[in-house]
Amino acid sequence: MDILLQQIINGLVQGSVYALVALGYTMVYGILGLINFAHGEVVMVGAMVALAVSGMLLAAGLPPLLVLLLALLVAMAVCMALGYAIERIAYRPLRNAPRLAPLITAIGVSIVLQNLAMIFWGREYHAFPQLLPGASHGFGGAIINDVQIIIIAVALLMMAGLLVLVHRTRLGRAMRAVAENPSAAALMGVDINTVISVTFMIGSALAAVAGLMVSANYGIVHYYMGFLLGLKAFTAAVLGGIGNLRGAMLGGVLLGLIESLGAGYIGDLSGGFFGSNYQDVFAFFALIAVLVFRPSGLLGERVAERA
Amino acid sequence: MNLKHKPLLAALAIALLLLPFATDAMLGRGWVRIADFALLYIMLALGLNIVVGYAGLLDLGYVAFFAVGAYNYALLSSPQFGLHWPFWVVLPLGALLACCFGVLLGAPTLKLRGDYLAIVTLGFGEIIRIFLNNLNAPVNITNGPQGISMIDPIRAGEFSMGGEHQLFGLAFPATHLHYYLFLLFTLLVIFVSRRLEGSRIGRAWMAIREDEVAAEAMGLNTRNIKLLAFAMGATFGGLSGGLFAGFQGFVSPESFSLMESIMILCMVVLGGMGNIGGVILGGVLLVLLPEALRNGAGPMQQALFGKTLVDPESLRMLMFGLALIAVMLLRPAGLWPSTQRRRELSPDEMISHQEQDTVYDNSK
Repeated sequence: MDILLQQIINGLVQGSVYALVALGYTMVYGILGLINFAHGEVVMVGAMVALAVSGMLLAAGLPPLLVLLLALLVAMAVCMALGYAIERIAYRPLRNAPRLAPLITAIGVSIVLQNLAMIFWGREYHAFPQLLPGASHGFGGAIINDVQIIIIAVALLMMAGLLVLVHRTRLGRAMRAVAENPSAAALMGVDINTVISVTFMIGSALAAVAGLMVSANYGIVHYYMGFLLGLKAFTAAVLGGIGNLRGAMLGGVLLGLIESLGAGYIGDLSGGFFGSNYQDVFAFFALIAVLVFRPSGLLGERVAERA
Repeated sequence: MNLKHKPLLAALAIALLLLPFATDAMLGRGWVRIADFALLYIMLALGLNIVVGYAGLLDLGYVAFFAVGAYNYALLSSPQFGLHWPFWVVLPLGALLACCFGVLLGAPTLKLRGDYLAIVTLGFGEIIRIFLNNLNAPVNITNGPQGISMIDPIRAGEFSMGGEHQLFGLAFPATHLHYYLFLLFTLLVIFVSRRLEGSRIGRAWMAIREDEVAAEAMGLNTRNIKLLAFAMGATFGGLSGGLFAGFQGFVSPESFSLMESIMILCMVVLGGMGNIGGVILGGVLLVLLPEALRNGAGPMQQALFGKTLVDPESLRMLMFGLALIAVMLLRPAGLWPSTQRRRELSPDEMISHQEQDTVYDNSK
């Protein structure tokens, strides 16, 4: 029983991170119909910047909690600027181009960011400083530590904030309007370009938070960390129904749970034939199974074929 | 093919025939190998072009079929199981097996729309790779991450393509022999692609790409035709996989990562989706460019700054990424777009409204 609980806790923590990254994918997709392949790299940049900033500030002798906060703020600012720049340089000029063109520039941006990070920070794994007291709590036979509790709490807070922003503010209404019909939104006086830029910046800020979370949780930062994380988060967004905010949240948490439960139980289920190294297979099979029965994802609307 | 192209074609044929010897003499043996790989990638890109370019189905896991073909060859023709089947059995078998995998993947998923299909194919590619990576325990089938080595070269009777041969007083090393073999297969793939393009099936694919609902209303069985595109593309992938294994003599899961799928997709899109010439151009460029940059990145720094400032490998990929972005920004429809193809891959409602004055419409 305690193993089950432990796997659920791990899954929730991982799922919260996926959900935050998935939101970035799904917001961009909802508005532009574009898979922002470079989003995973933005997460990596967030983590790297947070690492650099916290290293500098810790050396200056600031208290860890303040360092964490400042590192987060700087990482968010850098990622927002990066998100803005990516949209401006790689996507905006191609807004009317064939749809696969921005996909290729996204891949290009992804390669560029990865290699820039490699040039700046090297190929090695960096240890992320422990900025939070890592106290562990027993919890019904399972263990949860402070970092994990904070990750789940912050993720919930961020998601709630985003939902309020999208559904209760003027900006949110503009975003939804652009997602629904850009030309009509423009006629109603919505500045489409600003809305799209802001969307990218919000998504990137969430990515920065996620990047910091992953590095704090695992204590490791690496130039290649964004690739797989981005892939999983994209999977999560599709699982929930891409373009749908709640879907991305649900998909993220669900994918985290599927993975950790899959990794924990796949050995027993298959009589020891498959080990936990098949956890990704498990996740992708779950994705395929869900999509076969619900082709638009769990919460995605059934979009009619264009007539 | 009209008459005034004939001298041009003849010149091209002679150039292609002389290419390995010319590159060998001018640039070294390594570049002949690169030319071999360029041909392999052209075959792959043409295979993917059927799925993405003709039928408009975004496939991000294409390398899985390549892997199936390669491992099929590796398992049936190496000391791994002590099997040494001849290539003329193993190659078609690999293509057939890949075709089956294509149908296996396509049958349940082809009703998915655009990007949902993309992620499913991506997941499929990863599943195949993870299996290849882990099927060394409890029963050792694929040898896991170490991969399978000492794969038999392609050979017929006493004639093995693994060694050097003397023909007409000329020395043909293995790289040259493979060049001609791959050239032959590439021409076959080009021929099949060309014939498909103009056939009923090809036109049906393009109809589906442009408007699935309309295509269905015209009486096309869209599911079967899409499945056929998947199977066809997969077959080419499996074929190139077998050739790759025989040429390389070694396969490991590393060669079949998602990045490979993405690279092949880049060749198709960058060159010009749906246009055979464009796809070939894309394949050649994306194989040659990184290699040229590899040779350029280090020495260039030496010349500019007098020392190596940044890791040449990173710099090379950095410039490659920038080149991808630049080309797409300058030519959104690809370097050599298909004239037939004016509309994009299954556009969404929103984009199709804006799309009225795209590059495609200008070329009318």
